[in-house]
Amino acid sequence: MSFQVHSQDFIARSRDALADAPLQSALGKLRMGLSVRRREAVAALPEFEALREEAAALRDYTLATLDRQLETFEAQVRARGGEVHWAPDAASARAIILELCQRYGAKKVLKGKSMVTEELELNEHLEAHGLRCVETDLGEYIVQLRRERPSHIVAPAIHLRKEDVAESFAAHHVGREHADRSTAEALMAEAREELRAHFLSAEVGITGANFAIAETGSTVIVTNEGNGDLTQSLPKVHIAVTGIEKVVPTLEDASTLLRVLARSATGQEASVYTTFSTGPRRPEDPDGPEAYHVVLVDNGRSAMLGTEFEAMLRCIRCGACLNHCPVYGQVGGHAYGSVYPGPMGAVLTPQLAGLDDTVHLPTASTFCGACEAVCPVKIPLPSLLRRWRQRAYDARLDGDRARWLLRLWAFFAARPRLYHPLLSAATMMLGWLAGPGGSFRRLLGGKAWTESRNFPAPEGGSFLAGLQGEEFAPTPRKAPSR
Amino acid sequence: MRVALLVSCLVDGLRPSVGAAALALLREAGCTVRVPRQQTCCGQPAWNSGDRATAQALALKVLQDFADVEAVVVPSGSCAGMVRQLPEVLGPEHPRLGEAEALAARCFEITDFLVNQCDFTPAPLGAGQTLTYHDSCAGLRELGVKSAPRTLLERAGYTLTEMTQAETCCGFGGTFCVKYPAVSVAMADEKLASARATGVPLVTGGDLGCLIHLAGREERAEAGLSFRHVLELLVPTPAPALGAGHP
Repeated sequence: MSFQVHSQDFIARSRDALADAPLQSALGKLRMGLSVRRREAVAALPEFEALREEAAALRDYTLATLDRQLETFEAQVRARGGEVHWAPDAASARAIILELCQRYGAKKVLKGKSMVTEELELNEHLEAHGLRCVETDLGEYIVQLRRERPSHIVAPAIHLRKEDVAESFAAHHVGREHADRSTAEALMAEAREELRAHFLSAEVGITGANFAIAETGSTVIVTNEGNGDLTQSLPKVHIAVTGIEKVVPTLEDASTLLRVLARSATGQEASVYTTFSTGPRRPEDPDGPEAYHVVLVDNGRSAMLGTEFEAMLRCIRCGACLNHCPVYGQVGGHAYGSVYPGPMGAVLTPQLAGLDDTVHLPTASTFCGACEAVCPVKIPLPSLLRRWRQRAYDARLDGDRARWLLRLWAFFAARPRLYHPLLSAATMMLGWLAGPGGSFRRLLGGKAWTESRNFPAPEGGSFLAGLQGEEFAPTPRKAPSR
Repeated sequence: MRVALLVSCLVDGLRPSVGAAALALLREAGCTVRVPRQQTCCGQPAWNSGDRATAQALALKVLQDFADVEAVVVPSGSCAGMVRQLPEVLGPEHPRLGEAEALAARCFEITDFLVNQCDFTPAPLGAGQTLTYHDSCAGLRELGVKSAPRTLLERAGYTLTEMTQAETCCGFGGTFCVKYPAVSVAMADEKLASARATGVPLVTGGDLGCLIHLAGREERAEAGLSFRHVLELLVPTPAPALGAGHP
């Protein structure tokens, strides 16, 4: 498998992230922003819960009939003059896309925002073969200048402040020594000017697709800037790259999903641009690409069908689980060391990269359930994370120490005659050592707790050991006299 | 009603006052209460660590310890949530699945039970006291416990000031808090800042795990909030509160 991860270092990366003051300032805004906007958008749509049910059922139906939907999609794209390419894995996807770029003599490639091409590490591959790739989504453009990875699947540069962006522009934009970079608007205007030249000179535009509609053979992109639209309409060739699970049966189904997508992602009723691409330009069309290609990427997805992880394929990449995850909110996307961070990434990444190097991802969750509560397609994320933990436990990938402690505790918990006297004696001693209301600053073997927390001492003695009797009669309190 | 009290291992070992309060409140609410002496732990640490065999063994022990009662009542949303999951722990093929489903269906978080099954009004101990309530994740999102603890506190005369982050995870998360202590504590700090912003002196909640974690962090930060399990506030409790303030 070619999916690169750096998730082995989650602990070190998360500590670095927590100590990174600019990152923390950027994340603070995220924690307060997107979740509030989602809540307001949901409150304004009484049928939102019913829509989630509908969306989940629709995704399940699509997955159950995936082969048929994909075949219909392919036939419809062909009928409208487009081409469909099937990529079983990342290497074949990269090869197909490179070959297409070479076929059309491309030197410069525009990129619309696309997580699947991040998954494929497409830019690196194309650039290694002499092509210039230009990201046109503002966030992606910034991240590309900085030679970083997106830290969020919807908002790639959410880890950066505007000062960081100004610094990157100053370092990379030639001939703008005196540019005003004090406001977000000024930065956006500068990026727009820089990008404009690229829009007019690229031969190929590559976008992702939020949905691929089987009935019409269309790909759909949902954006707020419109640069994705320029990417797929100005160059003479449009290549849409998407995962095989993104297909939906009908236009009507796509609109059902669109209703939950934007609200979940950014709290908008609809994104600023929702654009449908259907085939190449027809003679009567005023504009559009001369050639239209769709690359359908499997890369581990079909292997999830029929498994306990199938529900993950419902995902429509809205990012709501990231926006509401308290762990993501503290450490940001880069700490996860995977293209897909946060709860959805913690389920998906072990599937794509194997569990050996990614065991921290399903473990680094409190199972607080906020992700599942907001997921527009009701993916039971904590339950799927728990299944990865079961696989990790079975494969002995969890730490030896944790395993040994768990075993020891389980041994006693199964033996009440040992458990109760020992618990009572231990808590009696700790309670006595600390005194009433006391706490410990250090505990033998308890550094992981006490390095940054006191341990409030037990009161002393256990409840059950101190209890007389097993059955207790009611003691109704007399109603207070008035 | 004949109910059984599932004490929870944290309450049993760390804070017997909460167990005593649970027992007293259920009796006051008119219940005959059995406290099975053999009970230890619901098995959640094993279940959430991926150790299915141990989780199953302890699930069967819970079935045995809590057979033959009308309701199992738990002073913890987290452990009550675990009992609700026992059918999943045993799996669809298990011969005792039916028993697990029946037990899950009659298991209640205690504040939910006192309000919605007993319509209980506690003694008026709270006059003039202000506090804020931390919603524990399992209680809130697995069981839908939101208004019950607040109803009990208000009936007892306490004045609640809500914090903005009441529903955000505090970072305890069982073994998470020792596997990822830095992240865990960062989450606690955000929670505590939100609690301090209310200006009240006391944080309460329905899960001891969260409270021990928050109180330990507050004490280390030498800040002054105190912490009590919600049940401690509904009966006279001589034990000092958790945290540095402990009035």
